Formats: sequence, C-alpha cells, structure tokens
Amino acid sequence: MRYDTIIIGAGLSGLAAGIRLAMFDKKVCIVEKHSEIGGLNSFYVRKNRTFDVGLHAMTNFTPKGVRSSPLGKLLKQLRFSHDDFRLCQQDMSEIRFPEKSLKFTNDFEFFRQEVAETFPDQIDGFNKLVEKILSFDELNLDDADCLSSRPVLESYISNPVLIDMLFCPLMYYGNAREGDMDFYQFVIMFKSIFVEGFSKPQGGMPYILNLLAEKFEHLGGELRMGNGIKTINAKQETVCSVTLENEEELETTAVLSSMGYVETLNRCQPELAEAGACETGQVSFMESLFVVDQKPRDLGYDKSIVFFSTQSRFDYKVPGDLIDISSGVLCCSNNFQYPQPPEEGLIRLTNLAHFGKWDGLPRKDYIAAKKECRAQALDALFTFFPDFRDNVVFLDSFTPKTIKKYTGHINGAVYGSPQKIKNGKTPVKNLYICGTDQGFLGIIGATLSGISMANLHLLQ
Amino acid sequence: MTIEDVRKVILNILADIAPDEDISSIDDNTKLRDQIDLDSMDFLDIVMELRKRFNIEVPEKDYEHLATMAGCVSYLTPLLKDRQLAS
Repeated sequence: MRYDTIIIGAGLSGLAAGIRLAMFDKKVCIVEKHSEIGGLNSFYVRKNRTFDVGLHAMTNFTPKGVRSSPLGKLLKQLRFSHDDFRLCQQDMSEIRFPEKSLKFTNDFEFFRQEVAETFPDQIDGFNKLVEKILSFDELNLDDADCLSSRPVLESYISNPVLIDMLFCPLMYYGNAREGDMDFYQFVIMFKSIFVEGFSKPQGGMPYILNLLAEKFEHLGGELRMGNGIKTINAKQETVCSVTLENEEELETTAVLSSMGYVETLNRCQPELAEAGACETGQVSFMESLFVVDQKPRDLGYDKSIVFFSTQSRFDYKVPGDLIDISSGVLCCSNNFQYPQPPEEGLIRLTNLAHFGKWDGLPRKDYIAAKKECRAQALDALFTFFPDFRDNVVFLDSFTPKTIKKYTGHINGAVYGSPQKIKNGKTPVKNLYICGTDQGFLGIIGATLSGISMANLHLLQ
Repeated sequence: MTIEDVRKVILNILADIAPDEDISSIDDNTKLRDQIDLDSMDFLDIVMELRKRFNIEVPEKDYEHLATMAGCVSYLTPLLKDRQLAS
C-alpha cells in the first residue's frame, strides 16, 4: 500500500493539512511521535487538571461573518462554522513598562487612542506606521527580501520606549529572531494581536485539537500516535517512503513535515549536505502555572494578558542565564468572556529562557533550578503586581528542555528557525515542510500554514 | 441533469465550502466572489469538489467560466447532462 502523503506531526499545521488532503480523497496518514496531539500547542494533565501549553490566547480574533481574515479563511478551508470554535473574546490586555502602560482590546481604535494619550508626540508617526502595515502584503510566499522591523519603526517613531512596547507582545508571541524581527513577521503579528485580537476557545486546546482530529479521521485520514519518524527515504532525490521508530516502512508519494526544517533534513536518507548549514532557532521559554484559590480579578489581576518589562528598554534575546526575569508574559485564563466562568483561577507566567543551560543540568539540580527560577520570576513580577503566593493551591513549571522533549524541536525553539522557508520546499523532491519553520506562526498561523502548503504542493 | 439540477449542484458545493454563508439569495449574474466573498482558495475548492463528485477536470484556463452562477451553469451543463443529480 502506498500513501499519497505522509504528514509528520499531529500539531495544528499537520492536522489542518491532513483535513485538506483527506477532504479530497487523498490517502493520507499523520504520524505523531508523542502520545498526545497538538505539538507546540498541546495540553497535559496533572492531578486531574488539564493545562494548555502554548496557548495563552488565540490571536487573530475576527467576528463571525468576516471571511477575508486569517481566521475566516481557515474556517472556510477546513469547513468549520465560526461557532464550532467556541471562541470567547478577551476582556482587556496590557503592555506594562516602568511608568508607561498601553492597554488594548479587540477594538483597534481603542489601542490607537491609548497610544495617542500615552505618547501624544508620536501618534502621527504611529498612524503612518499603521497605514504602512495595513497596506503590506505579508502573505506573499515568494517574497525573498529580508526587511528588518527596527529601522522601519525608527523611521516613523522617535521614542524608543514606544518601539519597545510595540515589539514586546509581537516578539513574545511569534518571533524566532533575537533583537529584531523580520518586517513581514512584524506585520503578521501586529495585525493578529492589535488589529484583530485575542480569544480563547471554550474547552481550551484539547477542544480545538479534538475538533480537528475528529474531522480528519471522519474524512478517512489515518492518525498514528506514539511512533516517531526515524528516516525519510529518497530515491533519485525524490521522496519514496518513511521509516518509523519501530522500523516499519511506509511508502508514500509525498511527505509534508511539521517537525522543523533542520529536524526534517536531519532525517533524510541519503544524508543531505544542506542540513548542517542551516540556522537553528534559539528562542525558548520557561513557563509556570499557578492555580489560585480565588478569581485572579479578586487578587488584583484584571487583565487577560499582560506583556511586561521591568526595565524601560525591552531586550528580546536568549538570556545569559537560565531565565530572564526582567520581562515576561502574564496570562489570566479566567479573564475571557466565557459563557460559564472556569471553576478555578489560573495565572500563567512566561519568561525567556536558555535551552543549553537547562539541558546541561543534572536531574537533581534541574528540579531545584525550576523552583529557584520560578521564585525569582515571581519576585520580579511582584515589583509590579500584587503578591498571590499565599493563594496558590497548585503549581507546575516547564522549561525549554520540556519543550524539546515533547515536541522534538531543536533547542526547544518555540518559534523555530529565524530563517523561514516560506514556499515550504526542501532539496528533496516531494518533501515539503509546514508549521513553525514555514513562516506563519501562532495557532491560526500554524493552521493556515498546513492549509496553504497542502493546497500549494499536494492538491493541485 | 437539467439546468436546474446543475444549479443545485453548485449550490450544494457552495453550501459545503462556505457553511456560514447565506446562499439562498445568490444572483446568477453577479460575480460569486462579490456576493459570498470567495477567494482564490475557494475557487480551488469548487474545482476540487467537481473532480471529487463528478470526475470533471476544469483546466485553469477555464476558471473564468466559474465566476458567476450563470457562467457555472452554462459551462457545466454540457459536462453533466448525462449524469444523475444523486451521483
């Protein structure tokens, strides 16, 4: 038996691509190494509580009826109704720096007003920047020139604090590059966070993932869990089969891999010279989850998401130490407009972290370091926010090492390589990539990546 | 299949690819993309559905015939005349 396409990875991009292919009667199998679906946006269970990983919020919220937006396109292509996703909008989010704060909602004009009030001398430049962003074609898959964001922003905005405040959420939610950001990525993130906005699906990641997996299987797609890819095999520079970790060989006409570009090339047989020359991603995070005995709002946490920096200048880079506590993201899952409020309060704190430092620790020190870093991160947070330590009833943390273990991404690099392969092509014929390293990021972005690569390479 | 049947085939496809759209009021002579916001990805879906349901290949040069409902019906009726709606 021969598959039309084998998809590597049952994350959002793989599942979405699988749905597209199965919808048009392609013989398709998704192979997933982990025992749970989701990849970088997944979930786990501890002490009968289910926690999302990856998902703080879904970006790109647009209301029902908007079809031309990324969310609208995704729903149409996967043939879901807007209601199927059960999206609950954010209350209000915030970018908090020393002495400056910008709040934003899912109404862009609110944010524009915030910028005008907080940085009155910058609003004209900001408005011109917004015009440029709105007219920019960030989805062009052929565009090869690499325009950096910082010089573009500096040409419109003279206050470096405002520039850093704009960068902070956009970098935290989707930048694989340290210090700067490709301008097309900046545009994607700006639109998805400020112009469109945040929501959360009722039921979290398990709900969305199961929705996609069920549709895929209902359409006749095959899902193989707990079995990774050992090699991707080519004959005459064209893909012909994959060998699984249990030595089973599956013949196929094409392979669509979401495991990362270098990760994919590393598994090719015969070996590819290109694999060693590629840039790998470095940016990863430590995240701690705190279940609290009150509503976060009653503890003084009334925002949906807060992107903060305790310094007036924000530096997005891999820290020299285990974590960087000088900036972070704070997510209060409760502060979304759910039809029924969640039973427990949950606060999540995310900080930049260094994979190598974590990976190098012996087991005993690793556990101690998690505890120590979590305490440091909280101390820094409480210089800005009320202390909730006495209200914590359960806590857990994960590190770049955890991310690497469950997703296989080199360095636990959540946003993959800084060098994106927009057209999804590899040196091997009929081997394509989708997901994080293709270039659309976030939950909606990953899903669109799977859809667009399936459409471009595997359906026509 | 009659002309009416072919129109119904298109409506069924549109209902599947755009589940949130109201397709009951489609005007046959106005571009589909202006009425229900179809983009190039959606036109690919119409073509793929025709292939899947009726084994009809629409070459890329003929996509322009699918711009309006009237265009779809006149292009597809000869191709579908010997087929049953239920197929």
